Amino acid sequence: MTILEVSDIGIAFGGVKAIDGVGFAVAQGQIFSIIGPNGAGKTTLFNVISGMYRPSHGRVALDGRDVTDLAPDALAARGLSRTFQNLQIFQRMTAAENVMVGRHLQERCNLFADLLRLPSVTRQNRATREAALGFLDQVGLRDGADVLAGSLSYGACKRLEIARALAAEPRVLLLDEPAAGCNAVETEEIDKLICRVAAKGIAVVLVEHDMKLVMKISHRILVLVQGRMLIEGNPQEVRDNPAVLEAYLGKHGAREAARA
Amino acid sequence: MARLNHRYVILVVLAAVIALLPLVFPSSYYLRVAALVWVSAFAAIGLNILMGKAGQVSLGHAGFFGIGAYAVAILPARFGLPSLVALAIGAALSALLAFLVGRPILRLKGHYLAIATLGFGVLVAMVITTESRWTGGPDGMAVAKLSLFGWRASGSATWYWITGGLLLIGAWIALNLDDTPTGRAFRALHDSEIAARVTGVDVNRFKLQAFVIAAVYGSIAGSALAMMNGFINPDQAGFLHSVELVTMVVLGGLGSVVGSIVGAAVLIVLPQLLTVFQDYENLMLGAIIILSMIFMRDGMVPMAWKLLTRTGR
Repeated sequence: MTILEVSDIGIAFGGVKAIDGVGFAVAQGQIFSIIGPNGAGKTTLFNVISGMYRPSHGRVALDGRDVTDLAPDALAARGLSRTFQNLQIFQRMTAAENVMVGRHLQERCNLFADLLRLPSVTRQNRATREAALGFLDQVGLRDGADVLAGSLSYGACKRLEIARALAAEPRVLLLDEPAAGCNAVETEEIDKLICRVAAKGIAVVLVEHDMKLVMKISHRILVLVQGRMLIEGNPQEVRDNPAVLEAYLGKHGAREAARA
Repeated sequence: MARLNHRYVILVVLAAVIALLPLVFPSSYYLRVAALVWVSAFAAIGLNILMGKAGQVSLGHAGFFGIGAYAVAILPARFGLPSLVALAIGAALSALLAFLVGRPILRLKGHYLAIATLGFGVLVAMVITTESRWTGGPDGMAVAKLSLFGWRASGSATWYWITGGLLLIGAWIALNLDDTPTGRAFRALHDSEIAARVTGVDVNRFKLQAFVIAAVYGSIAGSALAMMNGFINPDQAGFLHSVELVTMVVLGGLGSVVGSIVGAAVLIVLPQLLTVFQDYENLMLGAIIILSMIFMRDGMVPMAWKLLTRTGR
């Protein structure tokens, strides 16, 4: 069942069309990857979907409802979470606290109860922490729960961001280069993690440069070149398409690659 | 669990310090200075929730201090209201004003927010100075003594205990906030506003909440100081006082409740000590602040804590 539907999205920055006429649909439990050379507009597309940019035209629908003009926090409340290409973790909070913020929408938050630290707040806090530890466990960070996030390794921060996004119990998860800067072992872990997430019925939209990872786990792949859709298909179709190779390597490079 | 205990340790130590200090004070002059510290610390703790936790600057915070102070001056004198009711009205007015002003200006960031809050503070001070029919103008006005059921609060010792109690409550509330959804939302938007938003934190709402909390703290501190001094003038609402409050917060340590108290103590006590240097008092004070910012950028309390835990291990 389709959960995220993006249709005819376009956005321009000062006359430059960063994205033009991009549309796709993602079903529950599907891993949908967006690939393309640097500057193709992948992250911009993510920013449009997650409500950080407002598109010049087009529509984003979540569960059939138009959410194009909603702010990121309102989108989060409707079940859309994301991670960032450049890390956006809460550096001065512990790993567990980072994930607890991810539970924000699941928590009751009353200013006066919090100021007085009523017993209900303490109870809820304990439950939230338990839940957070569970999500840290899923990404293999349980042992680092009480470490300041700012002192975690790069790979650990990447996984922490995923844990925080999962803590919101999203129905659509946007992952912006989760494996960037990770070594082979870490990439493998992320690969398994994404598959587990999708198996739970969460729609995963992935931007990633690690082609091995993308080809291995994606159900569908969209190739974006200079803000336009080149092709959308399953990994086999994308791999066999000469235009994709050309987009990455140029005409000459594609010929060379074909000969090799 | 360690966190929970941590909170009570701070409160118990603070209560002990407040209770025991009078035993070593040789004269009531010291009680008065200490009471000034408690009042300023109360305001600084509130401002620290905004600056240290939520990461938003306010250079006009003395405006709220002034509103609280003039509320307990004007309302009892003109309308015969009891001082405590006046204090509550002042706090409510500050909260309302913070809400109305905060909505547009908290969308600004960094320097822009600083200038906007500065403008607000200047505006309040200007109104207080020019509306002399109500406020006594630049000369200030007398403030009625606080009285409760016929008992009148006066004298350094009495005010020492009142302000000390107030500080304990203020510290308790600020410490409460730390491990709650609201406190976490504040800290989250401080570290990464964009990440806070995508995790569902309504950033504007929480900035506004922090601003209103800080305003109420400032207003109550202003009321307390006015009642303690029995007199008030527009300087309390002025820009220099705003800067002083910010300095207390930054010097003591952003985000640290104990830091705000230490910062207030330094800024109140130091000038008293430096009077021996007469003309160079302000110069010395300025130099001390500059040096501590160079060598203790995290603020005095977080810095001391780091040193302690490092040698302890």
